[in-house]
Amino acid sequence: MILFGSSFMVYNLAAYASDPLAELRLSNDDTAQQQIAALTRQLNLDTPPPIRYFLWLRGLLGLFVGNLNLGTTRDGLSVQGELAYAIPVTIRLVLVATITAVLLGLALGIISALRQYSRFDYGMTFLAFLLYSLPIFWVAVLLKEFMAIQFNNFLSEPNIPVRWMVIFSIFIGIFWGSLLGGERKRFWTVFAGAFATNFVILWAIDLTDWYLNPGLGIFLIALLSVGIAFGVTSISSGITDIKARNAALTMAGLAVVWYYPAQWIFNNYASYLTVFLLIVVLVTTGVFVARLFSKIDRGPIARTAIITGVLCGFLILIDRVMQSWKEYSATDAVNYRPVPTFGQRKDQLVTTDFWLNNLDIIMHLILPTLALILISLAGWIRYSRGALLEVLNQDYIRTARAKGLNERVVITRHAFRNMMLPLSSLFVGEFVGLVGGAVITERVFGWQGMGTLGIKAINTYDLNLLMGVNLLLSFLVVVGNLLADLLYSALDPRIRLRK
Amino acid sequence: MSLFKRKEKATGEILAGGESAIANKEVEGLSQGQIVRRRFFRHRAAVGALIILTSLILFVMTALDTKIGPIRIPGWWKWTTEDIPALRFEDCPGGTTGCPTLSLKPGSSFGMGTHPFGQDDIGRDYFALVMNGARRSLMIMFVIGAVAGFIGVVVGSIAGFYGKMVDAVLMRLVDFIQTVPTIIIAAVIGKAAGKVGPLYLALFLGILGWTGLARLVRAQFLSLREMEFVDAARVAGASNIRIAFKHILPNAVGQIIVAVTLIMAGAILTETALSYLGFGVVAPDVSLGLLISQYESSFTTRPWLFWWPGLFIISIALCVNFIGDGLRDAFDPRQRRRITKKDRLQAKVQAKAGA
Repeated sequence: MILFGSSFMVYNLAAYASDPLAELRLSNDDTAQQQIAALTRQLNLDTPPPIRYFLWLRGLLGLFVGNLNLGTTRDGLSVQGELAYAIPVTIRLVLVATITAVLLGLALGIISALRQYSRFDYGMTFLAFLLYSLPIFWVAVLLKEFMAIQFNNFLSEPNIPVRWMVIFSIFIGIFWGSLLGGERKRFWTVFAGAFATNFVILWAIDLTDWYLNPGLGIFLIALLSVGIAFGVTSISSGITDIKARNAALTMAGLAVVWYYPAQWIFNNYASYLTVFLLIVVLVTTGVFVARLFSKIDRGPIARTAIITGVLCGFLILIDRVMQSWKEYSATDAVNYRPVPTFGQRKDQLVTTDFWLNNLDIIMHLILPTLALILISLAGWIRYSRGALLEVLNQDYIRTARAKGLNERVVITRHAFRNMMLPLSSLFVGEFVGLVGGAVITERVFGWQGMGTLGIKAINTYDLNLLMGVNLLLSFLVVVGNLLADLLYSALDPRIRLRK
Repeated sequence: MSLFKRKEKATGEILAGGESAIANKEVEGLSQGQIVRRRFFRHRAAVGALIILTSLILFVMTALDTKIGPIRIPGWWKWTTEDIPALRFEDCPGGTTGCPTLSLKPGSSFGMGTHPFGQDDIGRDYFALVMNGARRSLMIMFVIGAVAGFIGVVVGSIAGFYGKMVDAVLMRLVDFIQTVPTIIIAAVIGKAAGKVGPLYLALFLGILGWTGLARLVRAQFLSLREMEFVDAARVAGASNIRIAFKHILPNAVGQIIVAVTLIMAGAILTETALSYLGFGVVAPDVSLGLLISQYESSFTTRPWLFWWPGLFIISIALCVNFIGDGLRDAFDPRQRRRITKKDRLQAKVQAKAGA
């Protein structure tokens, strides 16, 4: 009903606001009159827009009898075909960006709420406001210049000056120092540790020319896996839970043992199915390992083991993609300028190699996704910080603390779950909003998605195409709102749909 | 796990009566407006933003000539957007032309120079262009804020005050405008309205931007009209209009002001984005978004053409956002000032002196 109304309004607005004949009317060509007549016939321009709308609607209603017809574009292509090509492109762009932005924003927002009124909190608040005020097209152009062109130049002569190493390490040190917080002495200890670690890493990267032939290798993977095991345990079930810790460490060990066999599988049977199977195997192993370690309380231990296993498997996957880097940058299409600024794929790159193709997709995704993340990150930091602070002031949190639960359980079980309620409905809205808002990102980075279609439609006064794009976006909003409501009522037992 | 560690309060710091006593003492005998003003002026970032924004507006508005009908107020800047002075060639990096003369290095070159922001392709002074663009963008921002604010408040209060059928109809209207993808429809309108003039563009964008505010005002009205003071006013014989405007609206004004500032911060980004896409303000008129889009490709060689308009957009939007945040804190009755160590100490001293 609402869709009907809004599409009716947009159709008429667009029809009255645009004049596809304007260019021809001004031309002095002899055939102009004939062209006008032809175009008028083709687009039914002699029918007034409100009535023409129903002609369009008839095609749309064909949907119910299996005969959808959204008309043709001015180039004579079918609107459905154009949309079917553009939707996956936009979804790919927006989905990755939204998920990353949500995860990152939640983490930063939660930490900033837990450290309310600390240096870190003030820093995050300022960062959020700054990101909130950035025009996306400006950021996108900057990213293009500094992350792509300059970085490619850097790669042709890779050498990190010591001055930059120091500056970068200072920033990292300040970040970790204020993140872990505490008294002044503690701040400086953390700062020194982070500074030294980062400096050594950069130095090692520079010495080994890692960025020309990156990869993690089995030792780094082992190190990182153990780190992941400890990290996941301490958040998911508490570091004092020995069984969970051992289960997680076993998973990490298994991942390392599996490193070489996995290489063989990846090289010979590379496909999305293999990757999917890998995840399935990891999850079942996780359940099995948890069963091995404990007879009671299997749920939380299995959770810890599975999360650790999937993260470690992900590491191996990243390592495999990185191994293709050298080959990728050496291909003719890339020619040692691996960070692209334009388009969603390299057309010249003709290869059947699974990893090369995926690396190409990832490289093209990086910059536009980064731009979108920067813009939507601000909102998530603010929302999650506000939501958590609101929840922490509730009585049930005080009760939980009063009955002696430790702070980890209070935050992860009591506060985190309740804080996710309002955020879950925001997620849907944000996703839908970004699909419409990706117009500018698509334009700057030359992606052939929904936004580009919309702009093309407006510029060529292509009413059918415009309506197609518009219909799809409005449809997404309506479905998104419905989903958000359903999700909310499913998650929150206090809300029941009234009969 | 240090992430979850709470900051422990020293027991000695918590005094009899606790923190709320300190906070309550401060607002004793003050009117609502005074409390809000006090709270706002204590928000350092917001006050800073307010000062910067005010000076920025004054700076931008007085830089160029202003024409109000036949009256012409001369600006203090020596070039206008129509002047085409000679292009500067000397001292420019990499054989470019028209580089900025602004120099912050102490010494003989310190100062604004003839063209502090540089010159564009044909030699027009970029400072004048940026000032003109900022002026357009500011004007559009305020018009959108005013139009969207007005419609949002009127629709929201009617829907919330009368409820039932009126509410249902108006809220369906809101739903229906919200389903229209903003950028797409704004681009359609912008393409048609941009040629007519930036003022019309701003009006149209304002007509699209009021829905969120209307929802907010409606929710406020729905809860406020059930309050006892509304019943009291009705018993005293006040008319509907009087109740709505004299009794309910002043109670909702805090949220409205905050929402309007946020609309304005969003508006300047929408306008510049539209102009960037070519659907907003169109040449020969100037806007910050348009400037960026025109000189996007020359970023590698002449970055100043790109930096300055962007910096102006960011500083305006950032200031408005900070002011909005300060206002929200000031109007929020649940929000109490953070009690600092100094306050505790003072309260202690006073308590001792009292005893």
